[in-house]
Amino acid sequence: MPRVLFTPNLQRHVDCPEVSVEGDTVRLSLDAVFANRPQLRGYVIDEHDRLRKHMVVFVNGQPVKDRTGLSDAVAPDAEIFVMQALSGG
Amino acid sequence: MSDRLYAATRKGFFTLHRGPSGWNVAKVDFLGQNTNMTLQDPRDGMVYVALDHGHFGTKLHRSSDDGQTWEECAVPQFPPFTEEDQRKQAEAGEFGARRDFSSLKEIWELTPGGADEPGVLWAGTIPGGLFKSTDRGSSWELIRSLWDREERWQWFGGGKDHPGIHSVAVNPRNSRHVTIGISCGGAWATEDGGDTWECRAQGMRAEYMPPDRTGDPNVQDPHRLVQCRANPDALWTQHHNGIFRSTDAGRKWREIENAKPSGFGFAVVVHPHDPETAWFAPAVKDECRVPVDAKMVVTRTRDGGETFEPLTKGLPQSLCYDIVFRHALDIDNTGEQLAMGSSTGSLWTSDNGGESWNCISTHLPPIYATRFGR
Repeated sequence: MPRVLFTPNLQRHVDCPEVSVEGDTVRLSLDAVFANRPQLRGYVIDEHDRLRKHMVVFVNGQPVKDRTGLSDAVAPDAEIFVMQALSGG
Repeated sequence: MSDRLYAATRKGFFTLHRGPSGWNVAKVDFLGQNTNMTLQDPRDGMVYVALDHGHFGTKLHRSSDDGQTWEECAVPQFPPFTEEDQRKQAEAGEFGARRDFSSLKEIWELTPGGADEPGVLWAGTIPGGLFKSTDRGSSWELIRSLWDREERWQWFGGGKDHPGIHSVAVNPRNSRHVTIGISCGGAWATEDGGDTWECRAQGMRAEYMPPDRTGDPNVQDPHRLVQCRANPDALWTQHHNGIFRSTDAGRKWREIENAKPSGFGFAVVVHPHDPETAWFAPAVKDECRVPVDAKMVVTRTRDGGETFEPLTKGLPQSLCYDIVFRHALDIDNTGEQLAMGSSTGSLWTSDNGGESWNCISTHLPPIYATRFGR
């Protein structure tokens, strides 16, 4: 199961511990996290299910390519890291 | 008189209490976070604070126990940006170009509904949406009747990248009559609870526009619009190009040209019982946003704008570069108590209609909004 980790900068606003979830894409993995933590969604995803403009998601150290659909594939042993971009904000 | 005062600042939300020796900061919530709007609902006491987390978006929190505990509630959400929207944006040319109208940037205004509408809140937002909640912020509905107006595509940002709704005034005698101010989109009103809207900015003047469009109501830049509680037809606007007044609920506006030391500014409040009395916090002009002669002044008119008095007692009269943002001047229900926060973290109060001012601090974070509690 992929592991999902969030930047500590987000932790101060909303509870977001590391978690392992089912999901073979970034979208499915994050949705699995948000299913248990619905409030967290709005901090990462905008009202149209896109990654927020100044957020970035890495899979095994590489930034995802599909920021709108979040369709990037995720292997069972992958690490998904959610953080703020260095721009904006 | 109110004994609660709230200040939403760049680095936290300050609650002040008034005791025998005056106002004191009682507590700070959301320390280090950007809070830009607040409201204590006079009907049920709920305190709301809007936060702009930057990377993580705009959030709204509420407290039913005077700030002892906070609960995150919902924020307004914008509809998808459709192909039809893209076509209209392209047709609008420069005004509509390059802007993303599909996501919330800022909650810029929070106003309670009428006394007969418990739980109703209005939110003005950037980019340019008006939202209504009927459940104390647990959910929000975009007012499509305004959002779908073709004129919206001509609105543009004034200082911000997007147009924004910063003023919502609910007629205390008729909750279905709501007047709003938009930078830059003029003033608009509904008298049927939001089913239909009319642009009401006739008489305002926009010097920044090409000459043949200076009088166009839909491109005006009211910085702040307020309504007298005792006489809801009486409106005041601090506009980008000066001070304007209406005595017929915004159908016609008259420019007030004799305000000294300046007619430029952002904030205005009107006396709740006297439509002729209003206060302003002037600055030099749009391209030089500092107090005139580096002296902090509040101007007051008590005769509907015929004359103005500069009020300076207790305010710094040298080396002062504080600007009062549009929501950072407030007046309480008595009309005697005023609070004024500044861009450089000064906070002053007056308990005699501005005749004299007490300095609470000169080193708070930049203050975006001051609001008296109930």
